[in-house]
Amino acid sequence: MQEVQRKIREKARNLLLAGSVDFVIGFEEGALLLRASPVFIHKEDDVEKLIWDSFCENNLAAYLTKIGNKRVAVVAKGCDSRSIVALIVEGQIKREQIVVIGIPCQGMIDRRRIEKEVEGEILEVKEKSDEILVKGDSFEKVFKKEDYLHPSCRTCKHHNPVISDILIGKEVKERAQVDEYAEVDEYEKKSVDERWDYFNKEVNKCIRCYACRQACPMCYCEECFVDNSYPRWIGKELNSSDLAVWHIIRAYHQAGRCVDCGNCERACPMEINLRFLTKKINKEVKNYFNFETGLDITVPPPLATFDVKDKQDFIDSGE
Amino acid sequence: MMKKISKEDMNRFIQSLLSDYTVYAPVNIDGIFSFKPITNFQGIDLNYQNSKKPPKEIFFPQSETMFEYEKGKVTSAEKVSRKRILLGIRPCDAKANLLLDNVFAGEDYQDVYYINKRENTIIIGLGCRRPLSTCFCTSFGGSPFSRDGLDILLIDIGNKYIVDVVTDKGKEILTDKFTEASEEEVKLAEKIKRETEKRIKSEVKIEGVKEKLDTMFESPFWDKLSERCLGCAVCSYLCPTCHCFDIADEAKDSQGRRIRNWDSCMFPLFTLQTSGHNPRPTDKERMRQRVMHKFNYFIENYKRAACIGCGRCILNCPVNIDIRKVLKEILTN
Repeated sequence: MQEVQRKIREKARNLLLAGSVDFVIGFEEGALLLRASPVFIHKEDDVEKLIWDSFCENNLAAYLTKIGNKRVAVVAKGCDSRSIVALIVEGQIKREQIVVIGIPCQGMIDRRRIEKEVEGEILEVKEKSDEILVKGDSFEKVFKKEDYLHPSCRTCKHHNPVISDILIGKEVKERAQVDEYAEVDEYEKKSVDERWDYFNKEVNKCIRCYACRQACPMCYCEECFVDNSYPRWIGKELNSSDLAVWHIIRAYHQAGRCVDCGNCERACPMEINLRFLTKKINKEVKNYFNFETGLDITVPPPLATFDVKDKQDFIDSGE
Repeated sequence: MMKKISKEDMNRFIQSLLSDYTVYAPVNIDGIFSFKPITNFQGIDLNYQNSKKPPKEIFFPQSETMFEYEKGKVTSAEKVSRKRILLGIRPCDAKANLLLDNVFAGEDYQDVYYINKRENTIIIGLGCRRPLSTCFCTSFGGSPFSRDGLDILLIDIGNKYIVDVVTDKGKEILTDKFTEASEEEVKLAEKIKRETEKRIKSEVKIEGVKEKLDTMFESPFWDKLSERCLGCAVCSYLCPTCHCFDIADEAKDSQGRRIRNWDSCMFPLFTLQTSGHNPRPTDKERMRQRVMHKFNYFIENYKRAACIGCGRCILNCPVNIDIRKVLKEILTN
C-alpha cells in the first residue's frame, strides 16, 4: 500500500507539473480514525497529502459531474472506474477530460461494523497487510480485513479498474464465485407483507438529508424530482408515504445505472439499507438485458436504448 | 439542591410520569439512538453516548402542522395536548435549546409553536460521562455536566443518580423517592464531573473567528473548502442549533394543512427564487453561508456562536469535513 501511495503522489506530481490536468482528485488522511477524506490537489507541492489505505471508501466519480470544462485526474477503484464509464456513456463527462489513475482495490473497511464491535471509542488504528489493529482506553482488538469489508465490497466482482490511463499496483484476483444477489434472493423469498414491512422499517429511518443522492455519481439531475415544485411530485413532510415515494423513485432511476459502489449507504447517517432496492433492480437488468453498468464505454444503458430482441414478456398484453 | 435516587426507583418514577406526561427519551432502534415518546420505562436506553438526531425536534419538529383549513375555517395547531418531559438529554443539547430560544422566543420574534412546546416541557438532563474525541463543548462555554437549559440534571454515580434540581419546574415533579444526597455522594459526583471534563481534549479557538470572517466574504478560502462538500444536509439536519425551515401547503380542493419542514442552506432550492435566479448558485456560496451563519451572523445578532461542540457534524459528514479544522483554517487564513 505504501508503494501504491508513493506512486499516486509521483504520478499526480508529474501530471500537475506537465500541466496535463487542472487538478487531481484523490484521498487525504481523514479527520477521524478509520476514515480517509476526498481531496483536491491543485499544486504539485500538495501531492504529499495524497494517501492510499483501506479507508478510501468514497466514490470519487461523484465529483466529476461538477468539473465543467476542466481536465481532471482522478484516483479510481474498480467501482469508481465503472461510474466514470457510466458517466461517459451518459454523456455527462468527456473521456478526454479525465485521466483515470486506476488502482486495483482489495475492498474497503466497514468502519461502522468495527466501531460497533468494540466497547468504547477507538483512539488508535494501525493497518497491516491483512489486519486492522484498533486500540481504545480499555481494549485492543485485531480485525481481519477480509471479514470486515463494506457489504458492497464483499459482493464486488470488479475490484480492478475497468478503464485506466495510469494503472498503479498489481491486479487483484476477482472473486468470480461470489453470489452477489444472495441478499436479494432472500428478500424475494419473503411474503409480500414481510417485504413491505422490511421496506417500511428501512425507509422510515430516513431524515431526507439526501446524502444518498448527493453521494451517488449517477444522481446528477440538475433538478431532482423531489425539488420540483411544478408539478409537485412528492410532499415535503417526514411521513411514510413521501419517504416511500423518494426511495422507490431513487431506486428506479438507478435501473441499469447503479454500479453498486455502496456510496449511498455509507453516506446515510441513519444507516438505512439502501442497497437492497438498487441491488434488486440491478438483478432485473442483468436478467432481462444481460447488462452490468459501467463495463463498456460503447454500450448505452438498456433503458436508454431499444433493441428489437429485447425481452418483453414483462408487458401485460391484457389478454 | 442535591438529591439522590436509586436507579430502580428512577425507573418507577419514569413509569409514574407516563400517566400525566408524554415522556421523550433515548430509544435504541437498530443501533441508532433517537428521542421518541415512550410507553414504558423499559423502552428507554440511557446507556448511550448521544442521539443521532438532536432533540431539538421535540421543540422544533422536522415536519410540523401549523394550522389546518377547510372552506375558510382555520384551526391552529400551536398547542400541545399534553405536558411533556424530555428525559436524558445531554447538557450540550440543552445548551443548544437556549441558543434556539434567541431565534424562536427572542425580542424580534415569538414563535407560538416553539414557545408552547418549550413552556410545556420539563427537561431532565443526563450528565455526559462518555465524551468522545470529537466533543468540544468546553470550547463553547459548556461542560458535560452543565446545568444550563435544564430543570433537573442527573449524574450517574453507579447504582444511583445524584439529582441536581436546577429550577422550580424541576422541583415540582420530585417525589419522596428523591432523598437528600449525602456529603460523600455529592463529593463523588463532583469528582466524576472534574475527571470527565478533563477527558475533553479537543479544543477549538473561537475568539477572533467572527472578526476574521468579517473580512473573508470574497476569500478564495470558500472555493477550497467547498470542493469536497457533497451538498447534502447531514450537517445541518443533525446540528442541534440549525433551525432553518420551509413552509408548504398540503392541500386538496378547499381543505388542507400548512406545514413547516426543516430546510438546509446546503440545498440549491433553499435560495432559488421564482424568477429562476439563485443568489447562492453553487456549493461554495452555500458552505460559506453555513459557516458565516454559525460563526459570524449569529454572534452579531446574539453575541454567541451557533455551535455547542457536540461533534455530530464531524462524526456524520460523508466526506469527513471537520468543523474544528475549518475554524482553525479561518483563523490562520
